[in-house]
Amino acid sequence: MSHYSAFSIFKQAMRGNRGWSRAWRDPEPKDNYDVLIVGGGGHGLATAYYLAKEHGAKNVAVVEKGWLGGGNTGRNTTIVRSNYMMPGNTMFYERSMKLWEDLSQDLNFNVMISQRGQYNLCHSPGQMDAARRRGNIMRANGIDADMFDRAEVQRRLPYLDYSASARFPIHGALYQGRAGTARHDAVAWGYARAADKHGVDILQQREVTGYLWDGGRIGGVQTSRGDIRAAKVALCVAGHSGHLAQMAGLRLPIETHSLQAFVTEPYKPLIDTVISFGAAHFYISQSDKGGLVLGGDLDMYNSYAQRGGLPIVEHTLSSAKALMPALSRLKLLRHWAGVMDMSMDGSPFITKTPVDGLYLNGGWCYGGFKATPASGWCFAWTIAKDAPHPDNAEFRLDRFERGYQIDEKGVGPHPNAH
Amino acid sequence: MIRIECPVCGQRPETEFTYGGDATVRRPEMTNEDPQAWIEYVFMRGNPRGWHREYWHHVQGCRQWIVLERNTLSHEIGQAELARDAARAWSRTSEAAE
Amino acid sequence: MKRLASGGRIERSEKLSVSFDGRRLPAVRGDTLASAMLAGGLGTVARSFKYHRPRGIYSAGVEEPGALVHLRDGDRHEPNVRATTTEAFDGLTSGSQNAWPSLRFDLGAVSGLASPVLGAGFYYKTFIGPFRQTTRFWKWCEHFIRKAAGMGRGTYRSDPDAYEKRHRTVDVLVIGGGAAGLSAALAAGRSGAQVLLVEQDFALGGALLSEPVGHAGDAWLDESAAELQGMENVRILTRTTAFGAYDGKTFGLIERVSDHVKAPEAGAVRQRYWQVHAHRTVLAAGAIERPMVFGGNDKPGVMLASAARSYLNRFAVLAGDRVIVATNNDSAYVAAAELAGAGAEVTLVDMRERIGPELDELINGAGVKLLLGHGVLEAKGWGRVRHACIVPVDAAGRAIGQKTIVPADLIAVSGGWTPAIHLWSQIFGKPVYDAGGACFVPDAKPEQHIQTAGTAMAAASMADVIEQGFARGSEAASATGAKGDCGPAPVGLDSGRFWQSDFRKTWAVFNLQGKTEGTAFVDMQHDVKLSDIDQAEREGYVSVEHLKRYTTQGMATDQGKLSNLNALSRMAELRGVQVPDVGTTTFRPPFTPTTIGALVGHEHGRHFRPTRRSPIHDWHVEHGAEMTESGAWLRPWYYPEAGESLEAAYVREASHVRAHVGIVDVSTLGKIAVQGPDAAEFLNRVYVNGWKTLAVGRLRYGVMLREDGFVLDDGVTARLAAHDYFMSTTTANAAKVLAMAELMLQTAWADLRVHVTSVTDQWGAIAVAGPNARALLSQVAGADLSREALPNNHFTRAQLAGVPVRIHRMSYSGELAYEIYVPSRQARQVWEALIAAGPEVNLRPYGTEAMGALRIEKGHVAGPELDGRTTLKDLGFEGLASSKKPFVGSVLRKRDVLEDPDRPVLVGLEIEGMSGAKAGALLFPAAGRTEGHGDGWVSSSTYSPALDRHIAMGLLKNGASRRGETVRVVDFVGNEVLTARVVANHFFDPEGERQNG
Repeated sequence: MSHYSAFSIFKQAMRGNRGWSRAWRDPEPKDNYDVLIVGGGGHGLATAYYLAKEHGAKNVAVVEKGWLGGGNTGRNTTIVRSNYMMPGNTMFYERSMKLWEDLSQDLNFNVMISQRGQYNLCHSPGQMDAARRRGNIMRANGIDADMFDRAEVQRRLPYLDYSASARFPIHGALYQGRAGTARHDAVAWGYARAADKHGVDILQQREVTGYLWDGGRIGGVQTSRGDIRAAKVALCVAGHSGHLAQMAGLRLPIETHSLQAFVTEPYKPLIDTVISFGAAHFYISQSDKGGLVLGGDLDMYNSYAQRGGLPIVEHTLSSAKALMPALSRLKLLRHWAGVMDMSMDGSPFITKTPVDGLYLNGGWCYGGFKATPASGWCFAWTIAKDAPHPDNAEFRLDRFERGYQIDEKGVGPHPNAH
Repeated sequence: MIRIECPVCGQRPETEFTYGGDATVRRPEMTNEDPQAWIEYVFMRGNPRGWHREYWHHVQGCRQWIVLERNTLSHEIGQAELARDAARAWSRTSEAAE
Repeated sequence: MKRLASGGRIERSEKLSVSFDGRRLPAVRGDTLASAMLAGGLGTVARSFKYHRPRGIYSAGVEEPGALVHLRDGDRHEPNVRATTTEAFDGLTSGSQNAWPSLRFDLGAVSGLASPVLGAGFYYKTFIGPFRQTTRFWKWCEHFIRKAAGMGRGTYRSDPDAYEKRHRTVDVLVIGGGAAGLSAALAAGRSGAQVLLVEQDFALGGALLSEPVGHAGDAWLDESAAELQGMENVRILTRTTAFGAYDGKTFGLIERVSDHVKAPEAGAVRQRYWQVHAHRTVLAAGAIERPMVFGGNDKPGVMLASAARSYLNRFAVLAGDRVIVATNNDSAYVAAAELAGAGAEVTLVDMRERIGPELDELINGAGVKLLLGHGVLEAKGWGRVRHACIVPVDAAGRAIGQKTIVPADLIAVSGGWTPAIHLWSQIFGKPVYDAGGACFVPDAKPEQHIQTAGTAMAAASMADVIEQGFARGSEAASATGAKGDCGPAPVGLDSGRFWQSDFRKTWAVFNLQGKTEGTAFVDMQHDVKLSDIDQAEREGYVSVEHLKRYTTQGMATDQGKLSNLNALSRMAELRGVQVPDVGTTTFRPPFTPTTIGALVGHEHGRHFRPTRRSPIHDWHVEHGAEMTESGAWLRPWYYPEAGESLEAAYVREASHVRAHVGIVDVSTLGKIAVQGPDAAEFLNRVYVNGWKTLAVGRLRYGVMLREDGFVLDDGVTARLAAHDYFMSTTTANAAKVLAMAELMLQTAWADLRVHVTSVTDQWGAIAVAGPNARALLSQVAGADLSREALPNNHFTRAQLAGVPVRIHRMSYSGELAYEIYVPSRQARQVWEALIAAGPEVNLRPYGTEAMGALRIEKGHVAGPELDGRTTLKDLGFEGLASSKKPFVGSVLRKRDVLEDPDRPVLVGLEIEGMSGAKAGALLFPAAGRTEGHGDGWVSSSTYSPALDRHIAMGLLKNGASRRGETVRVVDFVGNEVLTARVVANHFFDPEGERQNG
């Protein structure tokens, strides 16, 4: 396999780019794997990579129903941050941030992690207080955070609406400088290539249709193209966790909802950071290509359609113009939707399940992308050691029975409100 | 823009409603003290890919809660009835079962 | 390139002032910016995205990949506008973009020299840098990459134009005003259905407009348009794009009301966004011609054959004098003949070895030189096409002989056509592959509410187009119940051969070595070469989505309208599979880029969200109150005296309340009428405390939980009559509480005979607090409000300024206090009556900040404590919970973690020193490290005028047993460490003597 570098690029260019090899193999499945990961998105591929790299697993496969990164990995708004305040979340997301900071080098694949900072705008004294608590918890845990008042936000982001006609005036912002964006597709491809290099079999175009059982224990999966045996089966299928869990007889504290994303035509640099509006669910950044990437609220109703509705289109764009009036004359190029595992407290699961041999990674709501490295790292640990790492210790399925709800927003068991 | 046939107001756009989630989970009796029953009701969901019975609240209309059949994959809309009627039918069937 | 002396559908007499990069163009009414550019002899009008290659005008429509310009200046500047769809208007100024220092000498073009290096996946493979644990190297590189990327330049200026939204319901929506759409609208219109016909162009006619003037289509078009315009049940919107199909048979349209003038007229909107609910839709969006792939196929001077024909016949512009028409199908023959007829020297290069006799006849008659079994291998010329390199080819497009170089200034290409099925696919998903037309068409099923007609359905002749349109229009109308007679279908027209018959499905031309000669592009905006597709395949990026994302093919502003099928075909060829096996990319809205402001309408600035105002709002504003947001409400924050700061004002206001009497508007509280024989039982279920013993005339404070056992809300409820209760909620939770009550009463508790009704807007509420409160109210109301007559937690009815009101005796501030509930319409009258009587008792208004200070002095919880994560125990309310009855949340609140004695609980904090604690600061023990999540946090903080010190409330682990302990209050982000003494949260008058007095 080619090692990627400026030198290799040059060398290949001299040969008409005919010498590049496949980024990952397209193998036939073996009869039996130690670990079979269901779902070839960022989380599944990262899990496979860390199983092989950190735990020396030699016999691992990832099975994917479509193409790698074709789910939410390839649909999200690419924001990376670690500004979580609830115990159980804080250090997990910070682990992810640290892995991001080394990811391109680790994978020898430029995932374009761009630490251009993220502002969480506040629009009332109450929001400022809540942001301060979050920022303080971050700092007390060794994570960078700053509070800015209105004047400082205006100095840094002069193009937002500070006029008297702003419906929700900006009072200030919580800022994380290490936050930013990454190139979403590259994350899937980079992990796939690196996992493949460690011997992981990546099996595309195979949809899991059921499980194989050894008595009460999972013994593998049935797929659209034949059975594959495995000692451990690990689900990384956020958006479809409910469906795959149900095949194993599990009901989950998860609903599937659709979340839209938007991109404008490409423009020369306008916004060099990530901005989250505090008066409505809206965030914006600009990609390296120049498209402004906009995210909004859920469509609110359960959906697997990967297609969004007009009310949220209007809602998101009106938030965009309310925040930054200059966006008005720019043009929307494309909008799409992904389907999310919305959990009952807004936080994920990385855990063994009550079914022997079945492991679950899901419930990511719409924060899954930033979690990708730590999710794979912790899930690999959990699968390899049959016990959670301290960083994912609270991402258990029984936390609702215990009362340990990890509710960053405090909205309670309403999946569409997180 | 989903359009919902409100049994009281007729066909209205989704923006007049708020979504209330799964209508197949049944609230335990007030006197039920089994935490597991309440865990199931509050947290656990079938989350079907396909037809779904769900609550919608006509907040900007008659303020009735409605049970709507809707396909979560195609967004097709099926029957709608007042939650009140659905609840009555439910209690009749469960009484019959007893 | 020149404007012809006659012909075209333009008004030659109406000359327009149109400029590009400061150069005046010979535009007349009826031109597009692109036709004016061609008439003015412009070759290069733009630069491509990646290699900054010169770009000319490639098409005459929405598919344009190259001719992107910026339009207008100043506040109305608009980047990335397609010249081909921009209607010329007087005063139009435009300019080039993505070029520096100028369009002709663009330094960015040096990147083209590095194009072998900058191939597919370049960025993924480099800039990784040698440094571990840091992203700074990439950030540095990225800075330059971002500057080079992007197309046009946006501005930071606010948009001076207005937009509006409209909603409309129709029986039949017809998308596309060409022959198929017109036929559909005629059929549906005649049958009596309500029809909306939309056309993105400024004129109806579609492809008919590209027929020569005098063609039979002219009369047909005039008659059809006239008939439609005469029908009252048909509405026609031109300059209107149907950009998306959505659930619920809803379509989004953008009508460009004022984009064809320099600026909107006074009072006019720039664009109008229509949300149309259509019972049936006929999609007649036509088809887009496919490019051919050969070396230099992106140069100015290469153009779609249909576009060359449009410019000739519609705009009377001959786009070249020495023309090569390169094709693999029949549809370009008419164009070749017409170009020759207009005086060009035309050579037709067809990859096929044989053609039908009628084509042969057409071409011979027009004097076109015909080369069968040939293809264009390369377009040559610096900056624009000057020669074409032609080779004999085999069925796969491979050269089988020597090349000939011929002079040419226009290469008109036709690789077949791609139906525009975007809106169908947005709803119904995967289309099916039509092998004959080598294109995707809708998988039409009768039950679908969108039916497709015309070339969008790969109709094979103009007669078919009209027949399909008419049939789909008629079916759509009858599906909506229209019963009128559609009459006879229009007579078919002849407009030359379409592409499907005898179609050679080969789009690329290769040299003897099997390679493209020079640089051959598939995606001409993003500069994706055929070799990039090949490389993606080698590296395993073989599925359509991987291909698209790895090479960026199809991701430019044209969204692959021209390039998708050619890219798919190449991948299919490389993999040895059929095109449908590679897949098709998902069509996503919008069909063409859509102005954000249009979709926003008027919902921006102050009107971004509705504003709720109390019935006394105007008084506050008139009396100088600073207002603050409280959810959707505006509330008086404080009433500053001259030059007074917030800090000074709230201290003054709060002190005044404790010393004299204050008045505050609490109308924003949620108010719910709870009525019926089972009302007490209902309250018993929603509140944790008991309600059965509450007597008529009394008030009771209650706390309610969510189903999962966390605290949801608190408030005071009055029993007005035996079956009539008046519940109040916090401002923030009013809607949530009501919705929950309604759900319960309509489902699980449907047996309870109770009605709940929101009366928030019906009642104003005024709180009067302070030692002089009784004196004030007794004087104004003339009622006996003595301690005996109206003890705390009782209410009475009274007349205040002639208005019947209810006076609730209850206190939030800890002072002797009353809340007056008054019908909204009289709220200001009552407020003013109280103010008028105020001087004698020294009454002053106070705002929410002072109210907050007073409630913290009393230790009452509010929003910061009711944050959705706190339990009854956490907030010290455990004693309130009844053990004799179940209530919402009563089981789940007992879960292990929620009963953990170590949980943070509500405490008071006396801050040491002169500065106050910040809400959001963390609490740590007096000694030890300050890491992790701390022992708790400060939830609310204030300076207490009554105690003359800074106090705060917070949640602290084991708080109840830590009274007297000193803790550190750390505000990391504010860089401040304070110390505080843990105390009970009732700071002021803990015995409540003042409020009970």
